[in-house]
Amino acid sequence: MKKVILSIIVLGSFGYYTFSQSQNTPTVAYVAPQTVVTKKQTTPVDQTTTPVTIPVSVPVSTPTPVPVTKPTPTPVPVTKKGLYNDGTYTGDVADAYYGNVQVQAVISNGKLANVIFLDYPQDRSHSLQLSQRAMPILTREAIQAQSANVNGVSGASDTSAAFQQSLTSALSQARA
Amino acid sequence: MKETRITMGMPATIEIVDASATQEALNMVFDFFNSVDERFSPYKTGSELSRFNRGEITENNVSTDLKTIFALAEKTKQDTNGYFDIMHNGVCDPSGIVKGWAIREGANILRKNGFKNFYVEIAGDIEVSGRNGDGHAWTIGIRNPFNRDEIVKVVHLSNTGIATSGTAVRGDHIYNPKGDARPNEIASITVIGPNVYEADRFATPAFAMGSEGIQFLEGLPNIEGYMIDTKGIATMTSGFTKYTRALTF
Repeated sequence: MKKVILSIIVLGSFGYYTFSQSQNTPTVAYVAPQTVVTKKQTTPVDQTTTPVTIPVSVPVSTPTPVPVTKPTPTPVPVTKKGLYNDGTYTGDVADAYYGNVQVQAVISNGKLANVIFLDYPQDRSHSLQLSQRAMPILTREAIQAQSANVNGVSGASDTSAAFQQSLTSALSQARA
Repeated sequence: MKETRITMGMPATIEIVDASATQEALNMVFDFFNSVDERFSPYKTGSELSRFNRGEITENNVSTDLKTIFALAEKTKQDTNGYFDIMHNGVCDPSGIVKGWAIREGANILRKNGFKNFYVEIAGDIEVSGRNGDGHAWTIGIRNPFNRDEIVKVVHLSNTGIATSGTAVRGDHIYNPKGDARPNEIASITVIGPNVYEADRFATPAFAMGSEGIQFLEGLPNIEGYMIDTKGIATMTSGFTKYTRALTF
């Protein structure tokens, strides 16, 4: 808990610093220590799921306050689908339209312990040359299910379906 | 008037709100999607793309549309610092931009025919124009990458495109051995742009960039993004919240 409090203090003062700096510049504050945003917490698992709401320098043209997000438990991965024989099983190649998806299921102690992508459509295997300039701090929030009726839904359904297909075939081989 | 059909192996939905909507107009767009699949599928041996890959036709004598796609792919390659490339092991596969391009062209068919209020979607990538059936901006949910039956964000869109790239899997157990071998930290990334083509062409490379993808989007003009990591934490670009409020006309 101390680490969390310490993190909040560090982030808070960092945010204040960012905000105060932004008073001198008309654009979004750019800050150097990217590690603050992306740092890996080494605290126990239950604390890593606590959302960190980074203080943000709100642009002048956006008077609406950023909604404060309450911490919610991260959805727990469903990794147990019955008992399987230990080992590594390769699923069928599934067509995700953008390319192929193929996964390997690793069963340990009768449970699905790991899923490895052997083929993946989004991977373009090119080195990433992102500009090295300092990154702005962006607003974060824990996702929460919404109940609103909507006209449509945006999601990565095609890849997901192919993943399910390949994983299902891998698990069917592993079934005890 | 609204209809969903399967095209390119994916569900496609078209809704026209204008009173002048006709079945013929819907058919025109669906026929166009089917023709895109016939011509540009890398999985159909008879497609123009497959013939190009076999060397039966050259870059100089492909169709105007395929030339356009090649040019758009080249532009996206430059815009993403070479991260997006349709050439893989000597084979051309422009699928990463064909879907977004096809949806935008489908929307353009409706525009040319005088329609102003409509929705065009292929498998979660959407372009909207004007207003929905209630006279409001179109409401689009961002799917929960951990539960496809849930949405975790609602955006209000008009004359805008939205596209999501990602995977339905979660946790730290997903590796991408072809990439930099680190665990994939991102579950999904949603991009909103001036049209669906602009949104879609940046969604794929932004997702492949991992947690840096949202910063990449932040640096693009007229593009906003909503990234969900494998721990269920979302990061949004600084202008994203303008879409989370109901629009007034």
